[in-house]
Amino acid sequence: MTSSRSRVIFWRAAASVAWSVLLLPVTTALFAFLSRFSLFHPIQWISESFSLLYGSYVIFSLVLLCGVVLVVGVFNLEYYTVVPSVPCTKIALLGKVLHPQQSVHSLVHSMMGIMVTWCAATMIGGRYWILAAPCSEEEGVTGQKMCLNEYYLFFLLAGAFMGYSYSLLGVVRNMNYVSFQTIQQCKYLRFKGMLPQVVRYSAVQSLYSVRNYCLFYFFFGYIPRAWICTTLNVHEDSSLHRLDTVSGLLDFRLLYHLWLSGTFLLLTWHITLLLFRIFITEAYSFPVQSSFSEDVSQCLPKVLSEKQPLILKFLALQDLFLLSQQSLSRRMEVFSLSQPGGHPHNWNAICKECLSLLSDLSQRLVEYQEVVASNGRARPLSSHSDQRSTSSETLGMSLQILSIESRPFSSSSVNRFVGNVDPSSPWYGSVQSPHVMRRGPKLWTASTGRLKFAHVKNFLARRVLIMYLFNKLPEASSQALFADSQAHIWALEGLSNLVAASYKEDRFGVVQTMLPSILSTMLLLQEAVDKHFKLPHASSKPVRSTCCLEDSTFKTLRFALRAALKTAMYRITVTFGEHLHSVQMSAEHRKRLQQFMEYKE
Amino acid sequence: MSGVSWELGMNSLSLFPPPGPDGNITLFESNNELVCGTSLGSRQKQGWEPPSLLFPRESLKPHSRPESSSKAAFLDHRDTLWMRSARAWRDSGLSGLLDEIANCTEEEVPRWLTVGCSWTLALLRWVSSFHGSLFPHLTLSSEDMVAEFSQVLDWSDCAVRAFAWHPHTDKFAVSLLDDSIRIYNSKSATAPTLKHRLQRNVAALQWKPLCASALAVACHNCLLVWHVDPTSLSTRPSSGCAQVLSHPGHCPVTSIAWSPNGSLLLSASPVDTAMMVWDVAGESCVPLQRVGGGGVTFLSWSPDGSRVLASTPSALFRVWETRTWTCERWPCLKGRCQTGCWSPDGTRLLFSVQGEMVIYALTFTDAPGEPHGWSGSSKAAAIVADLSETSFSTSQGQVRVGGQVQTMAWDPRGERLAVLLKGDPEAPDRPAMIAVFKTRISPIFELLPCGFVKGESGAEPRLLQFHPHFPNGALLTVCWSNGRISHVPFFFVSAGGSVLNPGGSPPWPLPQSRAVENGERLLYTEMSS
Repeated sequence: MTSSRSRVIFWRAAASVAWSVLLLPVTTALFAFLSRFSLFHPIQWISESFSLLYGSYVIFSLVLLCGVVLVVGVFNLEYYTVVPSVPCTKIALLGKVLHPQQSVHSLVHSMMGIMVTWCAATMIGGRYWILAAPCSEEEGVTGQKMCLNEYYLFFLLAGAFMGYSYSLLGVVRNMNYVSFQTIQQCKYLRFKGMLPQVVRYSAVQSLYSVRNYCLFYFFFGYIPRAWICTTLNVHEDSSLHRLDTVSGLLDFRLLYHLWLSGTFLLLTWHITLLLFRIFITEAYSFPVQSSFSEDVSQCLPKVLSEKQPLILKFLALQDLFLLSQQSLSRRMEVFSLSQPGGHPHNWNAICKECLSLLSDLSQRLVEYQEVVASNGRARPLSSHSDQRSTSSETLGMSLQILSIESRPFSSSSVNRFVGNVDPSSPWYGSVQSPHVMRRGPKLWTASTGRLKFAHVKNFLARRVLIMYLFNKLPEASSQALFADSQAHIWALEGLSNLVAASYKEDRFGVVQTMLPSILSTMLLLQEAVDKHFKLPHASSKPVRSTCCLEDSTFKTLRFALRAALKTAMYRITVTFGEHLHSVQMSAEHRKRLQQFMEYKE
Repeated sequence: MSGVSWELGMNSLSLFPPPGPDGNITLFESNNELVCGTSLGSRQKQGWEPPSLLFPRESLKPHSRPESSSKAAFLDHRDTLWMRSARAWRDSGLSGLLDEIANCTEEEVPRWLTVGCSWTLALLRWVSSFHGSLFPHLTLSSEDMVAEFSQVLDWSDCAVRAFAWHPHTDKFAVSLLDDSIRIYNSKSATAPTLKHRLQRNVAALQWKPLCASALAVACHNCLLVWHVDPTSLSTRPSSGCAQVLSHPGHCPVTSIAWSPNGSLLLSASPVDTAMMVWDVAGESCVPLQRVGGGGVTFLSWSPDGSRVLASTPSALFRVWETRTWTCERWPCLKGRCQTGCWSPDGTRLLFSVQGEMVIYALTFTDAPGEPHGWSGSSKAAAIVADLSETSFSTSQGQVRVGGQVQTMAWDPRGERLAVLLKGDPEAPDRPAMIAVFKTRISPIFELLPCGFVKGESGAEPRLLQFHPHFPNGALLTVCWSNGRISHVPFFFVSAGGSVLNPGGSPPWPLPQSRAVENGERLLYTEMSS
C-alpha cells in the first residue's frame, strides 16, 4: 500500500527527468552556438554552428548527456529531503561532507562532470579533440613519439572539479532541501519565472568554479599531468606553453570555453534539480474519505498519520491546508459523520494528528529550554555529545565571573550577584541573558573535578582550530529545532481554518468537542515559542541568500511559525468571539486567551 | 470595455439631494438622511468616538525636496572618485554612475572616459525615451509617480498621505507629510510615532489582518512592516521593530494589499511589471510577472480572498484569482483603471477608469472555493452610475458637482458606497466632493442616492475609508485638505440581517416607509441593464 502511494513520488520524479531530457537539445544547441562564437566572422560562425548541430558528434553527445541527466535525476530523488539537517558546529558540517553517502554522491558527480566536459570538448573540437597527438616537428624528428594534449586533460579535470564542487556546495548550502511554495502556481509558470535566475546563477557559479579551478591547476596541475604521462607513456610537449603557468592560463579563449562548458554543465544539472523540486512539491489532492475499503490507506487522515515517507506527510498537510481554505465540499466531508455509526472519524483523525504534531513541537522546545537553562548540569557531561560543544566564549565568561567573586557561595547569593551586576562592567549585557544567568551557578556547585575539566576545556577552547571546529554556530541550533516546522505551520493553518469554518459549516458540532484541547495545545505552544524567542540568537535574522536555488526557507521557519501561530489564534478568537468564554480551560490559559481577544498579543 | 451599453441615459447625481448650506458640515446619517450642522453637539455619544484629529499643513515639515537639489547641498564633494561612484551606483544604478563620471573634472579621470560616459548616458536616455513613449509614466520622477497613482487626491501637497483602520480593533494609523506615522488607539492614551530612515514618500498603509501589531507601509524604495507592540507604552518604537522588504527594481511602491487571511502581502510598483507576493516572516517574495501594462499601480484584494484587482498604468487591468494565480485581462477603452472596490462577498467589483465619469461593475458568478477552475465572470463591464457634472442651486448660488472618480470605498456590510469625485482645481464652484450611494447586493444589485458629505468650509476631501466593523451601520473616515480627519457615522439597520454584530441595536428608529419612498429614486438595478 505504501508503495502505491510512493508511486506518486516516483512518477513525479520521472516526469521531471523526462522534461529535463526534453530540454537538453535546446541547451546543447545553445552551447554549440555560443562555443563557436566569433565577433569578426559572424556568417562563418552561424554556418559552422548549424553544420555542427547536424554532426554525429552532437547526436552522440546528446545520448550521453541524457544518461548523465538520468543519473543526476536519480541522485536528486535519492538524496532530497523536506527536513534539512542543520549542522550546529563546524565539525558536524565536516562530518556531513565526509559521510560515506555523500562521498558516493561526490564521486559520481565528479565522473558525470568528466562526461559532460568530454561531450563539451568533443562539440567544441579543435585543440580539445584528442588526448595524445604526435609531437610537433622539432621534438618528434626521431620517430613516432606521442605527446600529451594538455588542453584535453585540463578540460576533463575541470569537469571533475566542477562536479565535485557542485556536490560539495550542495551539502554546504543544503541544495537537497526541497521547500514548498507559499503560493500555488502552475508548474509551467513557476519554471518560467525561475529560469532566468537559474541561468544567471549557473553562469556566476561557473565563473567562481573556473577561478577556483585555475588556482587549483596552477598549484597542483603537474601531479595529474605527470601521472597521465607515465601511465599512458606519452611525453610532454615542451614546445607548447604549459598550462600551470601564468601565461598558459591567461589564454582568453581557453577560459571562455571553460566557463561556457561549466555553465552548460551547471545549467543542465540545475534545471534538472529545479524541475524535480517543482514537480515533487506540486499540491496533491488526497481524497478525504473513500467508500471502498481498499482505498482507505490513500485517504487524507491515513496518510497524515503515517511517518514514512515524509514527503507524503508534508503533501498531505499541504492538502489539508488548501482544503481548509478553499474547498467547501471537502470541508463538509471532514465534518461529516460515518455511515453507519455516526462517528466523526475523519475530523478526529485529522485533529488528533495535527495536535500531536503541535504538542511534539512544544515538548521539543521545552526540553531544549531546559537543556539550555541547566546546561547539562543534571547529567554527566560526556553522556550527551551535543551539549559538550558549548560555546567556549560563554564558558570563559562564567569562569571570569567565578574568579572575580570569591566569597563563599550559596545559591541565593549567587542569584543576588547575578541580579546586581554593575551595569558598567563589560559583561553586563551578556549576564543579562538567561543563558548565562542559569549557567553561572553550575560552575560553583560543581565538584572540583568538574571544575578542572572545565579548565582543561577552556584551555583547549583557546586553541584556535578546536575552537573553530567546536564552536556552536550562532542560531544554528534554533534553526535545527524548527527545521521541520513547515509541517507545524500547515497543521496550525489547517486546523484553525477548519475551526473557523466550523462556525458556519459544522452541522453536527464535531469540532466543538475538540475546541478546548485545540486551544490549550496552541496556547502551550505559544508559551513555548515565546520563551524560545527570548533565548540568545533565537530572534536574530539570518543572512538572506541571493539565489533561488540555495533555498534558505528553513532558516526563517521559526519566524513563520510564530506568525502562523498568532494568526491561527486570532482566527479562532475573531470567529468565535465572546463564545470562547464558555469553553473549559485553565485560568492561566483563559488569561492568555483574553489577551488575544483584546488584541494585545 | 467592449459590449458596454448605457441605456439608462441619466445622470446619477441629479437625483441626489443638494449639498448642505455653506458653513455646515455633514454630521451623520440617520433616518435615511444626511444631517448637517455646525457642531457635533447635536448628537449623543455612542461608546468610543474616534478622535477627530487636525494636522495643520504648516506644522509638518516636509522632506519632499527634489532629491538632486538636496544631494548637492549635503554631499562632501571632496570625496574620492571611487567613493562618489560607489554611492552613485548604489543610489541610482548605472545611469547615476555614468552621470557621476561624466561630470568629473579632468584631473580626476581621463578625458576619453568622461566623453565616453556622457555618450553612453545619452544613448541610454535615448533608448529609455523609446520605452518611455510606450509607457509615459516611466519618465516621471518617483515622487511624481506616487502622486499620480496614489488613491489620495493631490498626494504631494496633502498633510495626511495615508490612513488605515485596524481590521479588528478600534485603532488607526495615519501617515503624515513629514514621513512619520502615528497610531491612535481607543484603549490607550499614548499615540506612538513611527519613524524610519527608509520611510519616505509613504503611499499606502495597511494593517495585517488576524494580527494585532503588524502594519505594512509602502515607501519610496522598499516596503516596511512595523511590529508595534500594542501593550508597549513607548511613544517612539525603535526602527528595529520594522522589517525591511525590498526587491531590486521594485520601487516606488504605490500599493500594498494583505490577503484577508493574513498570510501573504502583495506589493506593486508602477515601474515593475511583476507584482510581488511576499512571505513576510521569511522575507522572501515570489514575483508574478506579466508583461503588458508597464507596471502595476493599484491592488485590491477581495474580502473573501479569492480574487485580486491589479490595475496598470496603461488602459488595462487584471483580475487575479488566488488559487493558482492566473489572471484575466480586462482592456479598457479610455484610460487606466484608477480605483476599484469589492463587495463584501467578493462577487462584484466596482471600478472607475481615468477619463470617464462613470462607475463600472463586474460580476463574478462562480462560488469561490469550489474546484473546476474559475470562469464565471461576466463578459463585459456594466455601467452602474453616471457621475457627469450636475448643477445644484443652493442658498449660496450654483454649485456644480461631478467628475472623475479618485477613489471609492464600500462599507464592510455592502450598504454604503462612498465615491470621491475629483473637482476642477481651476473652477472654485466645482470642488472635489464625496458622493455616498446606498447599495444593496442581494438578491439583486441596486444603487440608490444617499447624499453628499461636506466638510468645513474651504476644505476639500482627499482620502476616505470605512471603519471595518462599526456596530451601528457604517462609519466613514475622511481626510480633508486642511489636515482634518473627521468621522461621519451612517446609522442604519442592515438589510441583510445584522451579520457583523448580533447584539447591536440601532440608535435611531428606522421608519420602514422610507425604503419605499426611495424606490422611485432608484439609480441602478440589475434588471434594467
